[in-house]
Amino acid sequence: MRVALFVTCVNDLLYPDTGRAVVTLLERLGVEVGFPAAQSCCGQPQFNTGYRHETEPLVRRYAAAFDDYDYVVTPSGSCAAMVRDNYPRIAERAADEGRDDGLAEAAAAAVPKTYELTEFLVDVLGVTDVGAHFPHTVTYHPSCHGLRLLGLGERPRRLLEAVRGLELRELEGAEECCGFGGTFSVKNADVSAAMGEDKVRHALDSGAQVLCGADNSCLMHLDGILRRREAPLRAVHLAEILASTQEEPYRPARPLPPVTTGKTRP
Amino acid sequence: MSGTYVGLPSFPRAAQDSTKDTRLRANLTHATHTIRAKRAAAVGELADWPALRAAGAAIKDHTLRHLDHYLLQLEEAVTAAGGTVHWAADADDANRIVTELVRATGETEVVKVKSMATQEIGLNEALAEAGIHAYETDLAELIVQLGDDRPSHILVPAIHKNRREIRDIFTDAMGRWGRPAPQDLSDSPAELAEAARLHLREKFLRAKVAVSGANFMVAETGTMVVLESEGNGRMCLTLPETLISVVGIEKTVPSFRDLEVFLQTLPRSSTAERMNPYTSMWTGTTDDDGPRTFHLVLLDNGRTDTLADPTGRAALRCIRCSACLNVCPVYERAGGHAYGSAYPGPIGAILTPQLRGTATELDASLPYASSLCGACYDVCPVAIDIPQILVHLRERVVQGGQVTLRGSRTTIKPAKGHATERAAMRAARWTLDHPAAWRTTQKLATRTRALHPRHAPGHTGKAWSDSRDLPELPAQSFRDWWQQRERAASAGKDTGKGPAAGGAGTTGPGVGEGGSR
Ligand code: SF4
Repeated sequence: MRVALFVTCVNDLLYPDTGRAVVTLLERLGVEVGFPAAQSCCGQPQFNTGYRHETEPLVRRYAAAFDDYDYVVTPSGSCAAMVRDNYPRIAERAADEGRDDGLAEAAAAAVPKTYELTEFLVDVLGVTDVGAHFPHTVTYHPSCHGLRLLGLGERPRRLLEAVRGLELRELEGAEECCGFGGTFSVKNADVSAAMGEDKVRHALDSGAQVLCGADNSCLMHLDGILRRREAPLRAVHLAEILASTQEEPYRPARPLPPVTTGKTRP
Repeated sequence: MSGTYVGLPSFPRAAQDSTKDTRLRANLTHATHTIRAKRAAAVGELADWPALRAAGAAIKDHTLRHLDHYLLQLEEAVTAAGGTVHWAADADDANRIVTELVRATGETEVVKVKSMATQEIGLNEALAEAGIHAYETDLAELIVQLGDDRPSHILVPAIHKNRREIRDIFTDAMGRWGRPAPQDLSDSPAELAEAARLHLREKFLRAKVAVSGANFMVAETGTMVVLESEGNGRMCLTLPETLISVVGIEKTVPSFRDLEVFLQTLPRSSTAERMNPYTSMWTGTTDDDGPRTFHLVLLDNGRTDTLADPTGRAALRCIRCSACLNVCPVYERAGGHAYGSAYPGPIGAILTPQLRGTATELDASLPYASSLCGACYDVCPVAIDIPQILVHLRERVVQGGQVTLRGSRTTIKPAKGHATERAAMRAARWTLDHPAAWRTTQKLATRTRALHPRHAPGHTGKAWSDSRDLPELPAQSFRDWWQQRERAASAGKDTGKGPAAGGAGTTGPGVGEGGSR
């Protein structure tokens, strides 16, 4: 089983700890992980903003970069959904416009091997207990693309529930969008911030120390709000929680906030 | 579409005000969250919901594909049943036809059944210009009309108002339009409804002409169908002598049997009712029963142009249930008025820029009024993939391209203000497709990270950091870490990071030089 990590550009540049956590976690589970350097971006920002043509070379690049592998694992539901949901569409539309250029084969090669991390763990490796230890209270925000486009369902929660020491707290309105939405967060900054504020409020109400998600782009937006408000809650990627063990515990740059009982705000 | 909404600011600017209006936010959140839960329960009761949803989509798609055929069949059936059919290419056409029909009766007042099509064309304003008063009889429409306001929701046009605000509107304005509100009117729903009932009754009994829309038109029989909750519509459909129905051409279904699907999916999606309280159907005219004259105005107003677009045309499946509005987190915060159209929310964001085009700043901003969270697609009873159509229309906005306008293929230019973005996207594509360049960009960002502020500069950056801190750039990118680990592994050193042999052999030290093959 040849497994590659698709780290995504957000993780690569801004959240390398998440990529490292995926490597640590998969290797602990006995998976040999490769990282083809030819990978770049899935093309989601371009596609979703209306620049479909700009994504076509990236579809080909993705397929070529991972050609040698049976599985591509990514710690981002939205990037996995971009590949699985939109690559075939991009190929189809290009063909309609008389430009195929191998896009159809690229999409056909990329789609079946691309897995979001929790899918790979639960569906391919068949594990829910990954041997993690994380003695903190956690609330989980299921990001929209993982939830609706990939249909991750209970997989992330099942993985979290099997983590030793972890206490999972309910998040009110969990399935509501956090308001990131890529360029939406800039083009409609006010609505985006209003959505994020509400998500953060519910997360604070849960009383958890950690707001967990499986998409660093959503977490970047939420953590940005939390830090601006100096709120007692930290956004942490699911992979980093799953990588944490008793021997090699999660080591945040700043200590995690204390546990509260929730609903403490005025 | 109507002139009513022309000159409105673009969506982000309009939404900026609504996000700060705490009362509006509270009213909307309360209303949408209540209906969300009820809809989910009502839909959950039907084991065959996915099949009903697929059937609804299939019926609509089939009808749209053969719309020319079904419209002619409909015209024939309506005419045979004693009605008269008029074809309106656009809003002006439709308004002119209705005005002339009302004038011919000699009346200067009409009662109205709640109708999206007449709002779309601005019929009330057009009639007012011709000296004809149009009275809305749907409770929420009445509130909007008395309050000199605009509707903000497809199903509950006054959703942005709470009970106290409605009481004030009734007390202030009813007297100017007819029977005044009772003294000491309270804000209890029962008293408000009773005040509206008394106010409207006098209109129903006096009216000689009614104007309606229709939820469905059955091509086979020429039957019009209106679904409603209050029964006020039925009064308008049965009491007056003349009935004029203005209906979008996409409301056609082939046969009576097709209603079986929609009479289940529409009420559950919109009001969370198993069956709506009033379903009125009429076919032409019948002696001694109901209106003696029936006119059907078939409205195009951008619909055949929309039909010409293979991706965008799915928007015409819409049965106006408003489920997508009720689950939309953007609608909930921005409010219906920000969409600047009779059609707010997710459906408005895809329908309006197709019916009206993307030439104005407002219309060009609508496809971006979504975080693409997909909640709208999940609830849509006719499975319109709203996020995909949004992305498709974004492409039209930033790239221009081929569209159909008034029946002919035209190439439109990109909307103004996207040149910088387009250049940036092209540059990004080039960089991302050249790993060496991408790596250089990364290195530059990492090396200069001390210079990156928490609050980003520039207009775009400001929009982000008005309310959020920027992430801190780490000292090392993942790529660099991996490369370092690979080097250490091949040098046989222990990095202290666990078994590092994982990727050895799959990526050489030439990171950034090209592929792994
Ligand atoms: S788009 Fe779908 S959910 Fe929205 S109003 Fe139309 S039918 Fe209802």
